[in-house]
Amino acid sequence: MQDTFKHAEACWQCGTPAEQDLFCRYCNSLQPPDLDYFRFFGLEPRLKLDPEDLQQRYYKLSRLLHPDRYTRKTSREREYSLEATAILNDAYRTLRDPIARAEYVLKREGFENVEPRSKNVDLELLEEVFELNMALEELRAGDESARPQLEVARDKFLAMRSEIDRDLQDLFEEYDATRSREILEKIRRLLDRRRYVQNLVAEVDRELSN
Amino acid sequence: MSVVQIDFGKRKRARVVGIDLGTTNSLVAYMETPPPKVIPTPEEGKLVPSIVSYTREGKIVVGEEARRRLITEPERTVYSVKRLMGRGIADVQDELKLFPFQIAEGSESVIRLKLGERTFTPPEISAFILRQLKQNAEAHLGEPVEQAVITVPAYFNDAQRQATKDAGRIAGLDVLRLVNEPTAAALAYGLDKRHDGVVAVYDLGGGTFDISILRLHEGIFEVMATNGDTHLGGDDIDNLLLRIALEDIESEWGRDLSGDNSAVQQLRRAVVKAKEELSYALKTVIDFEYEGRRYQRELTRELFEKLITPFVDRTLGPCRDCLADAGVRPEEIDEVVLVGGSTRIPLVRQAVENLFRTRPHTELNPEEVVALGAAVQAAILAGSVEDKLLLDVTPLSLGIETMGGVVSKLIPRNSTIPASATEHFTTAVDGQTNVLIHVVQGERELAKDCRSLARFELKGIEPMPAGMPRIEVRFLIDANGILNVTAKDLRTGKEQQVEVKPSYGLTDDQVEKMIEESIEMAEEDFRQRQVREARVEADTILHAVEKAKQDEAYEALSEEEKQRIEEAINQLVVAYHGDDHVLIRTKIEELNNVTMKLAEAMMNAAVSKALKGTKL
Ligand SMILES: [Zn+2]
Repeated sequence: MQDTFKHAEACWQCGTPAEQDLFCRYCNSLQPPDLDYFRFFGLEPRLKLDPEDLQQRYYKLSRLLHPDRYTRKTSREREYSLEATAILNDAYRTLRDPIARAEYVLKREGFENVEPRSKNVDLELLEEVFELNMALEELRAGDESARPQLEVARDKFLAMRSEIDRDLQDLFEEYDATRSREILEKIRRLLDRRRYVQNLVAEVDRELSN
Repeated sequence: MSVVQIDFGKRKRARVVGIDLGTTNSLVAYMETPPPKVIPTPEEGKLVPSIVSYTREGKIVVGEEARRRLITEPERTVYSVKRLMGRGIADVQDELKLFPFQIAEGSESVIRLKLGERTFTPPEISAFILRQLKQNAEAHLGEPVEQAVITVPAYFNDAQRQATKDAGRIAGLDVLRLVNEPTAAALAYGLDKRHDGVVAVYDLGGGTFDISILRLHEGIFEVMATNGDTHLGGDDIDNLLLRIALEDIESEWGRDLSGDNSAVQQLRRAVVKAKEELSYALKTVIDFEYEGRRYQRELTRELFEKLITPFVDRTLGPCRDCLADAGVRPEEIDEVVLVGGSTRIPLVRQAVENLFRTRPHTELNPEEVVALGAAVQAAILAGSVEDKLLLDVTPLSLGIETMGGVVSKLIPRNSTIPASATEHFTTAVDGQTNVLIHVVQGERELAKDCRSLARFELKGIEPMPAGMPRIEVRFLIDANGILNVTAKDLRTGKEQQVEVKPSYGLTDDQVEKMIEESIEMAEEDFRQRQVREARVEADTILHAVEKAKQDEAYEALSEEEKQRIEEAINQLVVAYHGDDHVLIRTKIEELNNVTMKLAEAMMNAAVSKALKGTKL
């Protein structure tokens, strides 16, 4: 995990022992940011989040931290404001999207290679993918009759994705209730498959729009 | 080089102005209390044409005066330079066909424009415009202006933003923030609006097109998505009409005028006038006279609209993509704001209305709204507006080149800025001490199809077996949309030096040098003004002292004191005829000092005279 900025032991300005706060409780100066996305938002690390609540917290923190509010402050506070707002925005981008959020929790729990860049074939989808590739080749070769077939395939993969999303929702709830590593393992496999299906949909879309 | 000392001790809150540095026109605005106001030019206009001319006497002229010189001295005058900001020579081949830019030799990495016997980079040209705006603001506000917010097209990439910031620095401005033009416009409109909602800003300027979709929520202006085309603007319509007129003339007169800069500029003015008239009238005439011959061509709005339809259609693709990226359907757009002179064209308004199914807002002047919004953002940064906050996004994805030339995306487009990403790097060969990183911006899969931003080297890695070093690199896009890179060796915890070489841009050293040169060129003007002002002050004091010499208090002074005064007067008169304003002021000060006692004596005499007449 990134560790460019460690949370300070004491306030850089006045030396007051730090708590996990954005500002020093004594002199009110901005402290170096916490790098954990959930802690940054003052949230428990959960896979299900209330998007409304997250948005409200995001706006509130933006008002407190944004560089626009620090142009007349010391260079150190300006730097912390920039760092903190960058992390706030990264965190919000990640946490408001259920998939990115789940990937983040996996990384946070020590799972490696959460976003593999290879395109390993999902064995359970082998047959569908084979048919799909045939149709793609035909279309690329100028055979327009492959188009309807691709559209059918696209719908099928989209349905598959919806099913995966439903399963994920259930697993998210289960994980929040149990904190079981086994569930995370299942989530991870499902995310891999989702990414794979997603790539297929994107590929078909690209060909269909050409 | 002389340094002018100005006492800022009395300054309460630094003045921050908002500047719209446009392709065709530029404006400066400020806000004391709402609403913001555009600062007038010395000629009482509001727009400063973004035109710069270098005179045979080595002087720079900007704006209206430069516009006149476009016809008399086309080889020494340049317009639409914004199109070249932050771009390489290969990017601007299309531009070079349509605009009379004279590219100097040695423009491989940074474009240099030839104006007469000198060459200038686009940021230097822009700096002359900014300096003019700065002077206009100083004259109007009666105080020094050193901090500014400058607007840029939302779809500007890193290099174009950096070039704009460089221009600010060269002009002697501390650029507190670059703000996206459509976002600034939303801010100008949202100022007195209480209600929240989703707003689309359609910004069709002289050279660029932007579309942004924002969510307004209790004073927060959150950009949801932005899209655009930095190659599309009203200039393109002008060029189209110009081409048609040139062809017409060639067939009528049997003469090709396209190589004649002066004729082309006059014809361009004629077609622009016709274009503007068609926003109000249903037909007009392109009227052009040259060397005793006259060309007239009727142009109906109907034909005009037919001609520009492909051009208007080109703006609709980015609009649809922007809606998709924002996750918003057209009917969910509550309000549409129009920005840029080209949105006065009825066909453009109609197209926008059809797409968003909302009648666009036009209460604010589309040519002023960006500058007004910049002034609001300036007030936010100065701390005088506290309930508003802009949350803007980066228009293009940021990535690095990986094996096989494939781009690995680090920060996706439309991410709210500041935004960051952290990547780990290692070595591929035993004992390798350097790692080369190529940063690109764009949406394509291959690095060669994206915009090269910068290459940098991680240096001084301890020699180790391949794959052992762990270097953490943090990419941070700041609130201006500009990339900052820091690196750290995770084994030693040592910060790594990162030398980012911009692919298309100026190095820090080059900018420093330009700041100096620009000061030297501008100094003539500035110094002349200083000398003039010092002489006025000298006149005042010399006149006062001559008068005081008639007073009886003068007679009461010792010979030595009188001598000292005479000496000081002589020295001031000598300085007066020189051109060193610092010396003039020193001599004024000295004369002031030696006449202090005389002034006091005269004052006391006056007071006692006044008291005599008063009954106690
Ligand atoms: Zn403190």
